[in-house]
Amino acid sequence: MTGIQASKANARTRGTRRFRPDPWAAGALVITAIVALPVLTVLGAAFFPTENIWPHLWETVLPGYIFSTLELMAGVATGTILIGVSAAWLVTACDFPGRRIFEWALVLPLAMPAYVVAYVYTDILEFAGPVQGLLRDIFGWRTVQDYWFPEIRSLGGAIVVMTMTLYPYVYLLTRSAFLEQSSGVGEAARTLGCSPWAAFRRVSLPMARPSIVVGVALVLMETLNDFGTVDFFAVQTLTTGMFNVWLVMNNTGGGAQIAVVMLVFVIFLLVAERAARRKRGYHDTSTRPRLPVRFELRGGRKALALLVCAVPILIGFVIPAGLLTSYAIEFYDVSLNNRFPQAAFNSILLAALAAAIAVMIGLFLAYAVRLRKSTLLRNLARFASLGYAVPGAVLAIGILFPFGAFDNAVDSFMRGAFGISTGLILSGTIIAILFAYVVRFLALAYGTLEAGLGRVTPHMDDAARTLKHGPAQALIKVNLPIIRGSMMTAGILIFVDCMKELPATLLLRPFNFDTLATYVYQFASDELLEECALGALTIVAAGIIPVILLTRVMGRNRPDQELSVV
Amino acid sequence: MKYRLLAAMALIVAPMATTTAASAAEVNVYSYRQGVLVQPLFDAFTKETGVKVNVVFAKKGLIKRLQAEGRNSPADLVFTVDIGRLAAVVNAGLAQPVKTAALEKAVPATYRDAKGLWYGLTLRARLLYTSKDRVSKGAITSYEDLADPKWRGKVCTRKGDHAYNIAMLAAYIGHYGEAKATAWLKGVKANLARKPQGNDRAQVKAIMEGVCDIAVGNHYYMALMLKNDKQKPWAASANLVFPTLAGKGTHMNVSGVMMTKHAPNKANAIKLMEFLTSKKAQGIYANVNNEYPIDPNVKASPLLESWGKFPRDTVSLDTIAKNRSAALKIVNTVGYNNGPVTN
Repeated sequence: MTGIQASKANARTRGTRRFRPDPWAAGALVITAIVALPVLTVLGAAFFPTENIWPHLWETVLPGYIFSTLELMAGVATGTILIGVSAAWLVTACDFPGRRIFEWALVLPLAMPAYVVAYVYTDILEFAGPVQGLLRDIFGWRTVQDYWFPEIRSLGGAIVVMTMTLYPYVYLLTRSAFLEQSSGVGEAARTLGCSPWAAFRRVSLPMARPSIVVGVALVLMETLNDFGTVDFFAVQTLTTGMFNVWLVMNNTGGGAQIAVVMLVFVIFLLVAERAARRKRGYHDTSTRPRLPVRFELRGGRKALALLVCAVPILIGFVIPAGLLTSYAIEFYDVSLNNRFPQAAFNSILLAALAAAIAVMIGLFLAYAVRLRKSTLLRNLARFASLGYAVPGAVLAIGILFPFGAFDNAVDSFMRGAFGISTGLILSGTIIAILFAYVVRFLALAYGTLEAGLGRVTPHMDDAARTLKHGPAQALIKVNLPIIRGSMMTAGILIFVDCMKELPATLLLRPFNFDTLATYVYQFASDELLEECALGALTIVAAGIIPVILLTRVMGRNRPDQELSVV
Repeated sequence: MKYRLLAAMALIVAPMATTTAASAAEVNVYSYRQGVLVQPLFDAFTKETGVKVNVVFAKKGLIKRLQAEGRNSPADLVFTVDIGRLAAVVNAGLAQPVKTAALEKAVPATYRDAKGLWYGLTLRARLLYTSKDRVSKGAITSYEDLADPKWRGKVCTRKGDHAYNIAMLAAYIGHYGEAKATAWLKGVKANLARKPQGNDRAQVKAIMEGVCDIAVGNHYYMALMLKNDKQKPWAASANLVFPTLAGKGTHMNVSGVMMTKHAPNKANAIKLMEFLTSKKAQGIYANVNNEYPIDPNVKASPLLESWGKFPRDTVSLDTIAKNRSAALKIVNTVGYNNGPVTN
């Protein structure tokens, strides 16, 4: 070997080990740095508090917060897996009456803000509500001392409400995984003597596991940062505790410290998710999923399948939507005024923009990670997703400070150099809100697209590369058409979530600016359910259209359709 | 293609993304109070002066926003309830003193900052609501009584760390010190009928439902319930008690207004402050939200007048603000929000 050759080889081996600044890695780094800003701001406040009340918190309320948070998460995880996975399997692998309707209707509760569902069920199930009233009339009871009735404002109530509004995450992702599985796999299992149930348990379910885990991780992160429901039900979780310390006690350090405890929870979730995904071999090598044979359910099984699919829709959507509709009709004149259409417009525009941006960024990150296969990059991308677990109000504060600092620095510079004051460029604009949405919901895009890309075999990329396609072309021509469903899923999940987002919007918005959520909140915060029914219903409606769109898009993957693979 | 999309987005976003800085005839308000409550006042102000009022309403975190925006903040005024939040803005160094003859004439010295850093606008009494059927008149007359073991399992309140309850406990500390306040809160916790939950009105509803006999709530909720068809029966189930603290009188909190340190529209902001303390605005306040006017020369609403006069507690608002963080610690130490369970 000549000297030149040796040094070349040397450079090459070193080059592969070194972190090469190619555009994908560099872009991912820049994005991560920007997106992580709010979280870093919170971390900074936690570790350098002005008045350290950690010992006090640890001795008094914190253990209780942690314990009830764990209970809540365990309950919601169990509930959403049970409902989400079984419903997804029923509608993809079995045939029974109404299946085609259930397919999309099962997603409907996603459009319901959990806190609104909480209000509705309190209204129905509390002492003065219709259910208990009817029971009292029938049995002649008079006061609460006369009988026992489950307390809706409790940990159990919170678990039920959150399960019923969050299970669609698990359902959607699991169903999407079942659909993207080549039917040949299931059929092969059947020809090998598996019953449909065994084929599900031994083949479909393990193959879908990454998606289920992602779904549950999303659900648990939503659970962690829910404020409206737990506050209303008086469940003492980390979120409610943090709000009290941060915004009532006005102790930034203490609030941030509780936020860090929550981040520990999230990191644990992310690690668990990754561990579950590591057992790979899930790539589907077939390029043509064909319409599998659904097996028809009869008799008792048919009835059970109907029940499993119908009950979540009833509880999570039909009943609350029905009550809201009746209120909306009754209180039409109170709720409809000239600010309403503008608020609806603002909501839809912001949510659509945020969804588009987040999906693009999430795709960029997920693909960069796939290209580089760098653990560092993957961990950075995961770190960028942490914003999902930070409650909206805290995220907002984490945005306010770096944005404010940036604006004031630019202003000082411009004043010094040119004598012009630029004032606030980012703070108090819808850019701040958009940034908050993207940071908050990037995890949805990244998680969904990473899982989607994970199901595309790397051989596809390799094949494209042998055809002299660059990474970008490989992405556009090969991966995009295959993960189109995942992209739509991510975009729609984010759109719907942004429509519902409240605390960050409240705090970051410009003057005289309302979204549907802030508009509804004016009334809802005073427990005036009737007055806010119309607004709440509009949020729901605006969420339903894309949700139906979503199931349509995903359904289209299903028939024997030519995938545009080069 | 991607760039074209971005450009299109920028075009849509740009016109919406303007932050209004100082301009001719407007004043910018960060409000902790809901639009429905304050909008009639702002409308009246705009009608009278031609000055436009821009509002951001949020119940939490506006102080942080003010802090982050620093000297370029567009906000002129902060509009809030609870002495704790007024004090928080002052402590963060985000307020600037304002002194005018009109303001000092309208607002009694007890209800404004000595340096003019904040001015009270309305007063809110923290009362007891007692069951008409189950609690005889005169059976409970003081906040201290809430801890009396004879009310075991009879008391309902909202969460202990809510600003209204924190201020009440801070006033208690003002009279008795932290040790006695802790003992008192333990007693109240032991008397709770259920885990603290809901807002003040929900406690009165619980009286109607027979869950509890005594609830703590601000006075104006009675007026609000009487105006709402669905809530009228709740109101009808309860009597109002104006309790005393240390034999002095009823605990009062304020809603108030303050000018931010970097207010860009100072002149208009002062106009609005003076308007809010004027007889006209005080009259609107009194009738729209049934709060007690800060100006003793303005009559309260007929309903409030019908409840009669009552002595007010003597602990100063400064003391209450100072004792707030001690109060919150006591709430945590006692585990108040866990409800009547022992722990």
